Amino acid sequence: MSAAEYIEPAPAEPRENYLNAGYGVRSWLLTKDHKRIALLYLASITFFFFLGGLFALLIRLELLTPAGDLVQSETYNKLFTMHGVVMSFFFLIPSIPAVLGNFFIPMMIGAKDLAFPRLNLLSWYIYMAGAMFTLWAVVHGGVDTGWTFYTPLSTAYSNGHVVATAVGVFITGFSSILTGLNFIVTIHTMRAPGLTWFRLPLFVWSHYATSLIMVLGTPVIAVTIFMVAVERIFHLGIFDPALGGDPVLFQHLFWFYSHPAVYIMILPAMGVISEVVTTFSRKNIFGYKFVAFASIGIAVLGFLVWGHHMFVSGQSIYAGLMFSILSFLVAIPSAVKVFNWTATLYKGSFSFDTPMLYALGFIGLFTIGGFTGLFLATLGVDVHVHDTYFIIAHFHYIMVGGAIMGYLGGMHYWWPKISGKMYPEGLAKFAALVIFVGFNLTFFPQFILGYMGMPRRYHAYPPEFQVLNVMSTAGASILGLGYILPMAYFAWSMRYGRNAPANPWGSTGLEWQTTSPPPTENFEVPPIVDKDPYIYSAEEVETVG
Amino acid sequence: MAHGANADHIVSAKSYIAVFVVLLVMTATTTAVSFVNLGPWNTVVALAIAFFKAALVALIFMHVRWSTRLTQIVVVGGIFWLMILMVLTFSDFATRGWLPVYRMTP
Amino acid sequence: MADARPASPASAEHPVMLQHHFDSPAQQKDASQLGMWLFLVTEILFFGGLFTVYTIYRWSWPSGFADASRHMDWKLGTLNTAVLIFSSLSMAMAVHSAAVGRVRRIIPYLLITMLLGATFLAVKAVEYTEHIRHHLFPGPWFHYPGPHGRPAELFFSLYFAMTGLHALHMIIGLAILTVLVVQARRGRYSAAWHTPIEMSGLYWHFVDIVWIFLFPLLYLIGRHIH
Repeated sequence: MSAAEYIEPAPAEPRENYLNAGYGVRSWLLTKDHKRIALLYLASITFFFFLGGLFALLIRLELLTPAGDLVQSETYNKLFTMHGVVMSFFFLIPSIPAVLGNFFIPMMIGAKDLAFPRLNLLSWYIYMAGAMFTLWAVVHGGVDTGWTFYTPLSTAYSNGHVVATAVGVFITGFSSILTGLNFIVTIHTMRAPGLTWFRLPLFVWSHYATSLIMVLGTPVIAVTIFMVAVERIFHLGIFDPALGGDPVLFQHLFWFYSHPAVYIMILPAMGVISEVVTTFSRKNIFGYKFVAFASIGIAVLGFLVWGHHMFVSGQSIYAGLMFSILSFLVAIPSAVKVFNWTATLYKGSFSFDTPMLYALGFIGLFTIGGFTGLFLATLGVDVHVHDTYFIIAHFHYIMVGGAIMGYLGGMHYWWPKISGKMYPEGLAKFAALVIFVGFNLTFFPQFILGYMGMPRRYHAYPPEFQVLNVMSTAGASILGLGYILPMAYFAWSMRYGRNAPANPWGSTGLEWQTTSPPPTENFEVPPIVDKDPYIYSAEEVETVG
Repeated sequence: MAHGANADHIVSAKSYIAVFVVLLVMTATTTAVSFVNLGPWNTVVALAIAFFKAALVALIFMHVRWSTRLTQIVVVGGIFWLMILMVLTFSDFATRGWLPVYRMTP
Repeated sequence: MADARPASPASAEHPVMLQHHFDSPAQQKDASQLGMWLFLVTEILFFGGLFTVYTIYRWSWPSGFADASRHMDWKLGTLNTAVLIFSSLSMAMAVHSAAVGRVRRIIPYLLITMLLGATFLAVKAVEYTEHIRHHLFPGPWFHYPGPHGRPAELFFSLYFAMTGLHALHMIIGLAILTVLVVQARRGRYSAAWHTPIEMSGLYWHFVDIVWIFLFPLLYLIGRHIH
């Protein structure tokens, strides 16, 4: 039985809510409402998702044939650089926090808004300002250094628009910092009466951990980009080997942020999975405190492992050993979460609505991505597969098979609350299936390619790799079509979708105790919390209460 | 959770002036000591004085001494995180020479 | 704060600006405090990246860095350190005046702080001009007397990056203080509510602390060697 069949009769007349409280461009561009700001972000990141996807399409088209015949090698360098920069900084890092986090954290804690609403709006404008710089760079010929900006290529030799792109990323970094700061302060100071830390939904715990990373890590990449920019503009030779500078030092500073950044991308998705898995198996989460502490554990341990990106850089072998051991440790809290979600599913009362399909896909694909991460943490193995397609497959399994599926699962789960409309369930299930098939066809062959030795960032390859590359490109085409479907039917549903009730999935959680869409103030009456989250059955009320 | 703990505590002007005098004295000291040859201890003394001055500014001028536990944890956490960056990065450079480089013998 | 309202009728003359999404003035104050300290933590990591680079390079090139540091004017450096410490005192006194309700002293203390900050920047401008005149700005114009030219250029790259970033923070601080003076003239601050002054004070003291570390690390490295 589908959870959607728990639906109460939907209201006919739209009452006043955050969407119709005030019309006109000014009421949106000058809003302080966290829910409207979330939608501003939704529009922006969707644009950048498709821009990054366009670069991916061109990459995969080039790789259909062994010869470098679609674009020149310099152009290819720009394509994979811009794909990485756009997808990482302008889509993945903001995605769930800036859209779903902004929308639902205040509601989940019973607050009227975030702690600093105007700072929240400023975050979006900062994001857009950074985006404009990067778009300018794209339009004027792009950057060819790889999204990693390694020196001395980026500081001394590249002919691309390094400074413009770097400035764009620098500016957008502050958007991330301010969002994280806002979330931490909100969660500490604005919880409803009775809402203790261990009564918080796990989505909130995940975002708290994510925010810690945003606040502690992003400033380091900001100052590193600052150093690259001043080296390029003012000839301050900070990483210049000719002066005794060390390019590996750049890598340390870069990866100090960029490794925790991948946890910024995955932790919010894990928060979504905790919400979806409990709702659609109608069961309390197994081991709530373990999952909550695992989020914090991932955030903390994630800062201690960055050297695993530098095993072959000339870094000391002893540092490599230490980073290798620490990288094994950081897998533990992630594994704890997978075990606990699985135990939650066990003997649950399932419904396979679209959000649940995405959650199940996440659990499987994230596990594969995580396992291959352990291969890479093993220093000896990494020496052979570093800079091959094995690495690319690994991180796409986590970022796309994991984070993006978590994002889509969350969007489908909360769409009724956000828009007041139901999306078409049959078509959504079909799209989820297309995305799952397309994703695996795209990226599984890349594990094999990498293991066989195909290097990354090359626009040409030996002919024996062609069959797997063709499979990968075919998969990418299917995946691309799959992604267009939700965009289309979400837009369709705004006009033609069925009106959604307050709680279509029968979920616990404060955000479902108010109307769909919610009023501007979120709750007619400020809520008081007197029980744990995820209480779905009478027995659980007795044992957990 | 204590609300606005340090809003209740008002530091006296005398305390501020006392801290100010100590800071000036320590500044003069650090400059003077730098001209004395203490070998590797010059750096240690300079950093120790700098940490001491910074602690005075943080604890008294910035009221950390009377702030909530949360504020104090945030301050210590920030410093600790910077130490992670510095120590782990430095551990690479410090240990690079530890393994012998194998050479082919003719 | 267009959407703020005075909190309690009893203190209508000196209201607390309570924003509508907060439940109480105490909650709002806690949020401001935590928010500003979190921002300062980001600044610790931000400057910290440069200090990390400095640490690695000074450890790698100790003689070169000591030699280059002797080209710094230690008298101006010491003076500037004293100027900033004095400005922290006046800033603390501005907050103190607000807290004890002597609102008429707020503006004079803020102005003293701004004057001292401007003095600091003026001295730095003098120093920068001298360095540039002596061909110590890195890049094509760099010309170093003595054998340690390459690490010296590394030192001066760090010097200009670190003190430049610090000076930028001072300029932003002066802008913030200007806003505070304007608001104080409009009578916005009282013993009941003066949070912006307190929060700006935290920022100003932090920028002072950064200089407290920059001064010995840049100006006093090789002084004991002649």
